[in-house]
Amino acid sequence: MNAIFYITAAVAVVSTGLAITRANAIHSLLWLVTSLLAVSVIFFVLGAPFVAALEVIIYAGAIMVLFVFVIMMLNLGPDAAEQEREWLSARAWTGPGILALILLAEMVYILKGNVSTLEGARMISPKELSLALYGPYILVVELASLLLLAGLVGAYHLGRRDPASAKELKS
Amino acid sequence: MTASVPIEHGLALAAILFALGLIGLLVRRNIVYSLLSIEVMLNAAGLAFVVAGARWGQSDGQIMFLIIVTMAAAEVAVGLALVLRFSRLFKTLDGDAASRMRG
Repeated sequence: MNAIFYITAAVAVVSTGLAITRANAIHSLLWLVTSLLAVSVIFFVLGAPFVAALEVIIYAGAIMVLFVFVIMMLNLGPDAAEQEREWLSARAWTGPGILALILLAEMVYILKGNVSTLEGARMISPKELSLALYGPYILVVELASLLLLAGLVGAYHLGRRDPASAKELKS
Repeated sequence: MTASVPIEHGLALAAILFALGLIGLLVRRNIVYSLLSIEVMLNAAGLAFVVAGARWGQSDGQIMFLIIVTMAAAEVAVGLALVLRFSRLFKTLDGDAASRMRG
């Protein structure tokens, strides 16, 4: 189980390093998703399965999809199709794919074994986490809901088109 | 944090990821990359919380991670809306294009 931690840590560092140095934004996102999956595996072996699932669903899923949407919206030029073809080339996804395969192998290894956490780590079940969240930490839930509402209103306000620029687009 | 992997190694990993995000934020001028680097840094901070929580076997660290995830989601929604507006206004994604204030 020790080796799993260190291999995953290496995967996370390598993919993050590549994510911040790529020129193509979509390639960067692929590396970053790999990095987030690696951090999720680390959460899992640390005994935090619920947080590991959240990391995959919210970070690698929702937030990265937002990034992809915005990058696709910004790239609507005449050469978008050419770029599209380039993104589908094997060179773009082989690296992240190999690192993700390493993570998959680790996951299979963890699932086949009897122990799923590092030696000495205590698994904190979702039940225990939610009892703490809705007990002493209930204020956190309220604050999170306020924060998300503020984010929603802010994003809607900033993202709407000005009447002037909308007219420009129509003409 | 555990008998087999000391807490220092987990915190060192979080520190390395945070430093990589900081380097990305300082080096890249594209504002989409700035947002990406901020995500990396927030994620590293969350990792540090979960590692520390695992050291004591308590769920508090994971609740702090939930706060960070919520904040990251709100931040990225507002940030990407700003990016869209920025690109519409300046026709570029270069962060230096907005280095001057009006007035």
